[in-house]
Amino acid sequence: MSAFWESLWLALRSVARSGLRSTLTVLGVLIGVAAVVTVVALGESARDQVASQIQSLGSNLIYIFNAEGEGQARANERAGHRLSVSDAEAIRREVPGLRAITVYSSTKAEVVSDFESASVDIVGADQDYVTVRGYGIESGRDLSQSEVDAKAKVCLLGQTAAQKLFGQSDPVGYSLRIGRHRFEVIGVLSKKGQSPFGSDQDDRIVMPIGSWHARVSPGHDRKVDIIIASAPDAASVPGLRDQMDQVMLEQRRAGPDGKRDYRLLTQDTFRKSEEEIYQVLSVVLVSIAAISLFVGGVGVMNILLVSVTERRREIGTRLAVGARAWDIRWQFLAEAITLTCLGGLLGLALALAGLELLERQLGWSLALPLSAVGAALGTSVLLGLGFGFWPAERAARLDPIEALRHE
Amino acid sequence: MTRAVPARPLRLLGKAEQPPAPEPGSPIIELEGVCKNYVTGPEEVRALIDVNLRIGVGEFVAVVGASGSGKSTLMNILGCLDRPSSGDYRLGGLSVGLRSVDERALVRNRMLGFIFQGFNLLPRTTALENVELPLVYRGTPKKQRRRLALEALAQVGLLERATHRPNELSGGQQQRVAIARALVTHPALLLADEPTGNLDSRTTREVMDLLERLVDEESITLVLVTHEDDIAARAHRVLTVQDGRIEQDRQNRPPPPPGPLPRPLEGSEAGR
Repeated sequence: MSAFWESLWLALRSVARSGLRSTLTVLGVLIGVAAVVTVVALGESARDQVASQIQSLGSNLIYIFNAEGEGQARANERAGHRLSVSDAEAIRREVPGLRAITVYSSTKAEVVSDFESASVDIVGADQDYVTVRGYGIESGRDLSQSEVDAKAKVCLLGQTAAQKLFGQSDPVGYSLRIGRHRFEVIGVLSKKGQSPFGSDQDDRIVMPIGSWHARVSPGHDRKVDIIIASAPDAASVPGLRDQMDQVMLEQRRAGPDGKRDYRLLTQDTFRKSEEEIYQVLSVVLVSIAAISLFVGGVGVMNILLVSVTERRREIGTRLAVGARAWDIRWQFLAEAITLTCLGGLLGLALALAGLELLERQLGWSLALPLSAVGAALGTSVLLGLGFGFWPAERAARLDPIEALRHE
Repeated sequence: MTRAVPARPLRLLGKAEQPPAPEPGSPIIELEGVCKNYVTGPEEVRALIDVNLRIGVGEFVAVVGASGSGKSTLMNILGCLDRPSSGDYRLGGLSVGLRSVDERALVRNRMLGFIFQGFNLLPRTTALENVELPLVYRGTPKKQRRRLALEALAQVGLLERATHRPNELSGGQQQRVAIARALVTHPALLLADEPTGNLDSRTTREVMDLLERLVDEESITLVLVTHEDDIAARAHRVLTVQDGRIEQDRQNRPPPPPGPLPRPLEGSEAGR
């Protein structure tokens, strides 16, 4: 059907001729399609990403944090109510159902090796840290309990830290210096990647908490930032969490409804909060998409209605030389679709830029899936058909005599 | 003798509905008892009242009459742009009066050529593309379309202006492009509505000479509406329309010998 292609060609020409006007008309379509593409791209990859990042923390974890808030934290510190190694020891003793438990404190410090110096997170922890967090040992060996008890001057290196300080060579057996203390590298941790909070989980050095208190961050006594426990399976998490709460209340000598100056969180909590970010984002984007697609569609419809009125004589002429209603209808639908597809293509470009931004902000790797391109194209064509329908119908129903009379 | 209207819309001019081989000398246009009534508000306007008309192949007929006389309505019906309220219109032996919208579009495309007072060329479109337009709606392949359009432009002496746009052409040239567009489908009938109304006297002569040559040399049938006596004087026959009737049917000069009825062209046969 050659009139079909003719109309498409005609539509392309007329849209190209009024480039700026066309672009302005489809601004709404552009934003709408960009939002649609982003939603689809998010849907495709975000959930998996969130799940795998949460998984990278370890499995079935229960956290105890110091109560939040600067003022509160400092007040607690004065009152001596900060998490401490004794809290962890009490839980280890009284909640035997846990798979493993460790304390965690970290601070950034300048580290010097024989080759390089770099600023790295120094983590003070127990012999169970590697187990709780689900690291593997890439080379060398894990911390032993005796080393932890003896506050030994030994440490484990994450992959990024190892790379920074020792380059390609195996750091095991070398020593490094923090302040005026030397520590022997006994092992290298396996690679873990980025955490859901955006930090590099491999850019760290792990040492016995006692050694950390004594040499890296003195003045903290036995206080720690976090206590992390690992339950044997997902089903036992809530029960073990309650037992840990019980022990903590006893440690604070508070009743069952006493005021808690610590917070108990499970890994699930993190997943939920990350999913919430995703859901809020989706709702916002879908709303933006709906509104701007509607506005864009109305814009396209408006410009087409004007065009139908302006070109009545042309339509009359076409009818006179034998155009059928469908030829005219299709001509205007083709113009609508060309306009919305122009918007769609620009929207796709905008979405690519937007995804790049999200990727940086949220640390989600968001490749543009093929389905998103399909969504952009489909949305554009449907929008063109939807909002082009009425103007096209008006053009097709014109009476040739009336249309020809139009000046 | 009223012919039944078959209900096969888009095969209108297919083999099955090809009119029986016409006898030599049968008219190209036959109007029998054609009436047209409009309802405007409370009143019913009788625009055409019992019009009977026969026009032979190769005839040049001028239609004159005051505005509101019904001549526009007559032309609209002859051009299949409008349907008669009653009566029968046969074009080339085929009953076309009461067809549907799309069927009438098909009749216009296959059998009729229009020439308008305002030329009605598509702006920003070359002369060649303008002439091709009727063939686009016929579905003629591009190459063939181009060849036929160039032939038609040659016929009106504008071959060298094929790539010009309407705004680069004079009024007379624009009207000749429009004539080429009307001729490109080899229509059975040319309908011209005051074709020289927007032209000065020199280009009027130019366009009228061209139309007359087409009638005399190509045996084209031409029905032309005009206000001007000297243009009407060039026709074989002058019809005066008044109050919805053909008031006068005057023979200016002898009509040409009756030619064979042109057979409407099929889509793919257009160039053969």
